[in-house]
Amino acid sequence: MFQLFKFNGGVKPPGNKAQSVGQPSATAPLPARLVVPLHQNIGGTPRPVVKAGDRVLKGQLIGEADGWISAAVHAPTSGMVRDIGAYVQPHPSGLSAVSVVIEPDGREEWIERQPVDYRNLPTDAVQTAIRQAGIVGLGGAAFPTHGKTTPAKGVPMEELIINGGECEPYITCDDILMREQGEGIVRGTAIIRDLMQPKKVLIGIEDNKPEAIAAMRAAVAACGENFDVVAVPALYPAGSAKQLTRMLTGKEVPVGKRSTDIGTQCFNVGTVYAVWRALALGEPLIDRMITVTGNVEHPRNWRAPIGMPIADLLALGGPKADTDGVILGGPMMGFVAPDLTVSTVKATNCLIARSRTLFPPAPPEMPCIRCGECARACPQDLQPFEMYWFSRARNFGKTQEYHIFDCIECGCCSFVCPSRIPLVQYFRFAKSEIWAREGDKKAANSAKERFEYKKAREEREKAEKAEKLAKAAAAQAAKKAAEAAATGDSLPVTTPTADDAEAAKKAAIAAAMERAKAQRAAVQPRNTDALNADQQHAIDAVEARRLQAGLETPAADNENPSS
Amino acid sequence: MLIAIAIMALGAVILGAMLGWASIRFKVEGDPLVEKIDSVLPQTQCGQCGYPGCRPYAEAIAKGEEINLCPPGGAEGVQKLADLLGREVKALDAEEKPKQVALIDENTCIGCTLCIQACPVDAIVGAAKQLHTVVAKLCTGCELCVPPCPVECIRMEAIPETIDNWKWKHPVIAIQPVPARKVA
Ligand code: SF4
Ligand code: SF4
Ligand code: SF4
Repeated sequence: MFQLFKFNGGVKPPGNKAQSVGQPSATAPLPARLVVPLHQNIGGTPRPVVKAGDRVLKGQLIGEADGWISAAVHAPTSGMVRDIGAYVQPHPSGLSAVSVVIEPDGREEWIERQPVDYRNLPTDAVQTAIRQAGIVGLGGAAFPTHGKTTPAKGVPMEELIINGGECEPYITCDDILMREQGEGIVRGTAIIRDLMQPKKVLIGIEDNKPEAIAAMRAAVAACGENFDVVAVPALYPAGSAKQLTRMLTGKEVPVGKRSTDIGTQCFNVGTVYAVWRALALGEPLIDRMITVTGNVEHPRNWRAPIGMPIADLLALGGPKADTDGVILGGPMMGFVAPDLTVSTVKATNCLIARSRTLFPPAPPEMPCIRCGECARACPQDLQPFEMYWFSRARNFGKTQEYHIFDCIECGCCSFVCPSRIPLVQYFRFAKSEIWAREGDKKAANSAKERFEYKKAREEREKAEKAEKLAKAAAAQAAKKAAEAAATGDSLPVTTPTADDAEAAKKAAIAAAMERAKAQRAAVQPRNTDALNADQQHAIDAVEARRLQAGLETPAADNENPSS
Repeated sequence: MLIAIAIMALGAVILGAMLGWASIRFKVEGDPLVEKIDSVLPQTQCGQCGYPGCRPYAEAIAKGEEINLCPPGGAEGVQKLADLLGREVKALDAEEKPKQVALIDENTCIGCTLCIQACPVDAIVGAAKQLHTVVAKLCTGCELCVPPCPVECIRMEAIPETIDNWKWKHPVIAIQPVPARKVA
């Protein structure tokens, strides 16, 4: 039997998952238009490679990855590019960013799909193929997948973990994917296994999904692989990469290290499935499974194109009359969509229709009573009440001493807090302030460096100029002396001394200044000076026409003749 | 008695030599206080404090100058300086401005290079009679390039909020009306 480890803390919120797995998944019908944001990944913003008015095919590249940590973006269907512009993003800020608007033509015409022969390609070629297919972590982090497939130097890869935990309430997209596409997931896992060469492959699934566990076991057997499908106890946040790694291996990633530094790596089941589709079928990441649930008549999982407006997706579920908003992601870590025009992105895993009965408004925050509940619930072994106190007081240095950057924003602390303090919001606030400050600090340091460099350069240039002038003056004085000697002048010839050189230099500077002055004084030539006969002729003709039309000769250049 | 004096004297000579060696070996370069103050200042190099750059102002602060003269540093900068120096926090002696970046209107630019010479951080690229442009990433928003431009084609623009520089706000506690209690 597989030996499981435990993590501290965790909570058990009501699952609310049964509603949306009652039916198999379905493919969402194409909406009237797709708004595909370009920046859907962590890292560089892809550059648009199409323009308004272009016709694109399904799977055609529309955004080219920029930098190694970046992932390409593709057209989810065939149609016309209508616009490339700023559209509101599915982001808590509600700000806009560049998106490509595609009007589907309904023909679903694919590009030529070319499977990648990944077995016979070197690692970096396979990684590039994954990057070109636009694959990012589909569990929600959206980190470009190819960037995670390089083991740390000198650390042997022990365990490759495939995350089918899906611990957040309401979300069932991974569950349904495992039930329906087990083989694809197993084959995708095998591709990553070949890239990273781990000793073991573990597929961790929460034990509240027995169907998925059975399906995955069957798929592993069918593919003849030796992956371990492990049922882990359902305890939020068991589906977080860090907690799942800890449960399956007993290992914890030290502060400031990556999971590959301890010989593990974790991928979401949806991600490995997308890898398989990209390499084995040649289909880039253009759609994904999304759970539509909450206050709707027909909760279900939909295979929806990336860029589908959430209003259209929500309509498929039949929202009830009292729906007053949509949560993107789960109730623990998700956020309320800024408005219904925003579209789905690669990281969108769930849409929850919100209503006052399902999600009553947060009760008012009360003072912290230092009960310590939050610390007991924290799966990262942090002390949320301390971090809360310092975040609130904007004492960011202290929050870092309490390791605020180890907080995974799981929301367990807020969930258990009897004073109903929105702790995670304070942590997010503190984290983004710290990031901004670090950015400012970096900018200040680089500005200082550049300023000092400029000063040094100016000094050097000054010195060089002075030296040049001195040399020229010395040469001149020597020449004069030679001339004087040649003409047999009896004037006492002084050898060029330092004084002389100085004087000559001054004279040279004065002369240069004089010249510059003269140049400034000289009127700039106009383009009507120095004309040849042809040009003069043409001008005369124009003037004659002007006279005929009763127009004055334009006295001032920029005066409008018609006024 | 003599031996005691000799031992003490020898001790003094040896310890003195060690101290002398240590003071050379562990010599602190520059003025560490100025260094610390300078690292708190925003390095905009704008001269709005009345000194020709951040470092001269840092030196002046170390000599007792007021700590509230740096507009780009803002109230937070004053707070940091106060914390560092154990002085009292004062209101900023200027208006706090949002961060800005210089923008050259490329249709009007005549390529005179005057702004290039004015920019303290080499954030403007261009050559004589060629169009100039500001490298926004390097621009500190100091405004020093604005006055020298003979055709007034440089303007300062506030840096817009984008998803990349957006920050989570400090949570606010919403005040909610309490339903009136029924009087029995
Ligand atoms: S659970 Fe809430 S009230 Fe209790 S210590 Fe933590 S923050 Fe304070
Ligand atoms: S949100 Fe952060 S502090 Fe709160 S329980 Fe989760 S990891 Fe711990
Ligand atoms: S471009 Fe202008 S505003 Fe920006 S740093 Fe240079 S001189 Fe200052």
